[in-house]
Amino acid sequence: MFYYLALAAILFSIGMFGVLTRRNTIGILMSLELMFNAANINFVAFNRYIITESMAGQLFAIFIIVVAAAEATVGLAIVLLVYRNWKGIDSDNYSVMKW
Amino acid sequence: MTEHSYLICLLPAFSFVMIVFFLRWKEKVAAGFSIAMILASWVMSVIVLIETLARHGHAYEAFYNFLTFPGLNFQIGILVDPLTAVMLVVVTTVGSCVQIYSVGYMHGDPRFSRFFSYLSLFLFSMLGLVLANNFFMIFIFWELVGLTSYLLIGFWFEKKSAADACKKAFLTTRTGDLGFLVGLFLIAVYCGTFNYGEVFDKIAMGAMSTGVLTAAAIFIFAGAVGKSAQFPLHVWLPDAMEGPTPVSALIHAATMVAAGVYLVARSMSMFVASADGSMVVAIIGLVTSFMAATIALTQFDIKRVLAYSTISQLGYMIMALGLYGYDTAHGQHSVGYYAGTFHLMTHAFFKGLLFLGAGSVIHGVHTNDIREMGGLYNKMKTTAITFMIASFSIAGIFPFAGLWSKDEIVAATLHHPVFLILTLAIAFMTAFYMWRLCFLTFTGEPRDQHRYDHAHESPRVMTWPLVFLAFLAVTAGWVGLPWLHHGFSSFVFHEAPPEHHGPSYALMIISLTVGLSGIGLAYLMYYKKSLSPDVLVNKFRPIYNLLYNKYYFDELYNVVIIRPLLSFANFMWKFDANVIDGLVNLIAWLTVLWADVKQWFDKWIIDGAVNGAGWIVRQTGEGLKYVQNGKAQFYTLFISIIIVFIGLIKYELIYLAWGWPIMTIIFVIGVLLLTFVSRSTRQGTNREIAQEDKV
Repeated sequence: MFYYLALAAILFSIGMFGVLTRRNTIGILMSLELMFNAANINFVAFNRYIITESMAGQLFAIFIIVVAAAEATVGLAIVLLVYRNWKGIDSDNYSVMKW
Repeated sequence: MTEHSYLICLLPAFSFVMIVFFLRWKEKVAAGFSIAMILASWVMSVIVLIETLARHGHAYEAFYNFLTFPGLNFQIGILVDPLTAVMLVVVTTVGSCVQIYSVGYMHGDPRFSRFFSYLSLFLFSMLGLVLANNFFMIFIFWELVGLTSYLLIGFWFEKKSAADACKKAFLTTRTGDLGFLVGLFLIAVYCGTFNYGEVFDKIAMGAMSTGVLTAAAIFIFAGAVGKSAQFPLHVWLPDAMEGPTPVSALIHAATMVAAGVYLVARSMSMFVASADGSMVVAIIGLVTSFMAATIALTQFDIKRVLAYSTISQLGYMIMALGLYGYDTAHGQHSVGYYAGTFHLMTHAFFKGLLFLGAGSVIHGVHTNDIREMGGLYNKMKTTAITFMIASFSIAGIFPFAGLWSKDEIVAATLHHPVFLILTLAIAFMTAFYMWRLCFLTFTGEPRDQHRYDHAHESPRVMTWPLVFLAFLAVTAGWVGLPWLHHGFSSFVFHEAPPEHHGPSYALMIISLTVGLSGIGLAYLMYYKKSLSPDVLVNKFRPIYNLLYNKYYFDELYNVVIIRPLLSFANFMWKFDANVIDGLVNLIAWLTVLWADVKQWFDKWIIDGAVNGAGWIVRQTGEGLKYVQNGKAQFYTLFISIIIVFIGLIKYELIYLAWGWPIMTIIFVIGVLLLTFVSRSTRQGTNREIAQEDKV
């Protein structure tokens, strides 16, 4: 089980780093997907090794995939609007909601 | 009826209230209502007198304890004994006549209703004074009659002399009342009650030592001196003649000034117990009487002559009462008490009549000066005849009322030769100046033709009271005829009726002779003109001047009392203006100064603290606002760091041993660091955006 959790942690960290450092909004969204998947691996791993009699962990992973797909849709729609407004999808472009 | 005698004094009070609140603008209704009330009082008084006679003079007393302190008791109550009953009838009789007379005399006066309201208030006070059963109540009504006297003397307050006279009367009587008040304090302290009977019982049991008793008696007498215009407080009464003449008749001749005599008669038990006090009373009475009679010889104002005559007669009564106290204290028999009260009654009638007659004359000729009158008999017969009846009465001519009462006063002085001689001299002078007045006014040639032509008899509403009072001026004395075994003396007496001596013909002849010779001298000088008064005046010029200027009492008081008082008041005013006001202003200045200091403190320290707090918050906010830089990634980073931090604490990878304050400081420092980071990135991006815009 350690390997699974280690993989998930590494994946989450890579995703986190991506979210924090990418300028490109699409890149940020992709990094987010990595973080989701890290969580999924955790769910499945825990389901497989700790609560074997239940399917809840696997079920939750499937829910997350569905929600992530919906989120990606909404996110890409927002990215499209951002592109139309600022002629670019750099995350610094739309930092207008500040002081 | 006796148990309802409080109504006698309440009816005029009711009339006063009604006139003041409802009838002020209805003059005739006001006068009628007022007269109806006093007539009702008069009827009740007569009934009360008859009932008192039927009770053989036993006193009726009813009271209500309205304030009780340990050792001192205040009562409201009435006492109806023979003295009260007689006084009630006298006051209401003269009061009724004067009110009816006033309808004519005050006709056309702009304050007609107010005059009747004042008269009603006065009668209420006077009847209350007579009915009171204790010293405290009598003092209250005493002050009330003083007040109404003030109001009525100053009734024509547009005249400066009237305004001055009412102030003088008020202040002078107040001087005496101060003594009265001190006497009341002594009574309260030593007897613990004000009720007449209880006070006299306590005195009889020796509640007061002789010295204190004498002091109390003399202090009480001081009140009577003020009110009855006795020496040395007599100066207000002649000036009080500035009031309307009915007022002079009612208040300053018949009733209020008799209140002093009434007070002395009422507290006779105190004087009997103190021979020294009684002697003071008798001497003051004699001095007053003699002095006033001599002044009256020389005056030319008809009302002033009558005023001095009043003072003189009041002195008579006071003297008789004082001699009674003195003689009784020494175990001698005396008729003084009976003589004083008897003369009080007869004097009220004939002096009231004299004043009303004088008012009628003044009404006709519009002057007070007898030098401008003369020969008025032909013009005003009723007035002249009634006036002469009263003059006979006061001169003590058979069979008029004055003879009987004056005889008794002479009889009261029999043990004291000096008193006897002076009393006869006063009787002589009285007869002389009264008939001088009569002859100058009503007989001879008119000295002022213009005034004579305009003179006219007064309307009937004024002459009828004159006739009624003239009837009483003749007959009132007959209740005390020396031939009667159960006359006035067996009704009004102090402790025991005087022994009945039967008529003393020698005394009667002497006093009749004295009276007739006085009249005769006046006849020779002013009717036959066979003796010229001017010759006498020139012979005794200094004495005449002294008398004509009333012994210079006003001037003396002016120099001795009024001027020093005024200069003292002036000094006090200056003290007030400079020292007191200076102190006040200094305090005000200091207050302003202190307020300035506080204002400065407020502005710079308090407001500074408040504004400073605001300023600090604002600057902090100004610095911290850059954390909110609008970059989602920055926020995410922030959240991540905090989560990591919390995780570290949760799993005790770092320790909170440093405590929360230090953690907070670390947090704040972290936030500031991040702020700087975000500012630097912002500047960078701004530059990039600017470049993009150019492109």
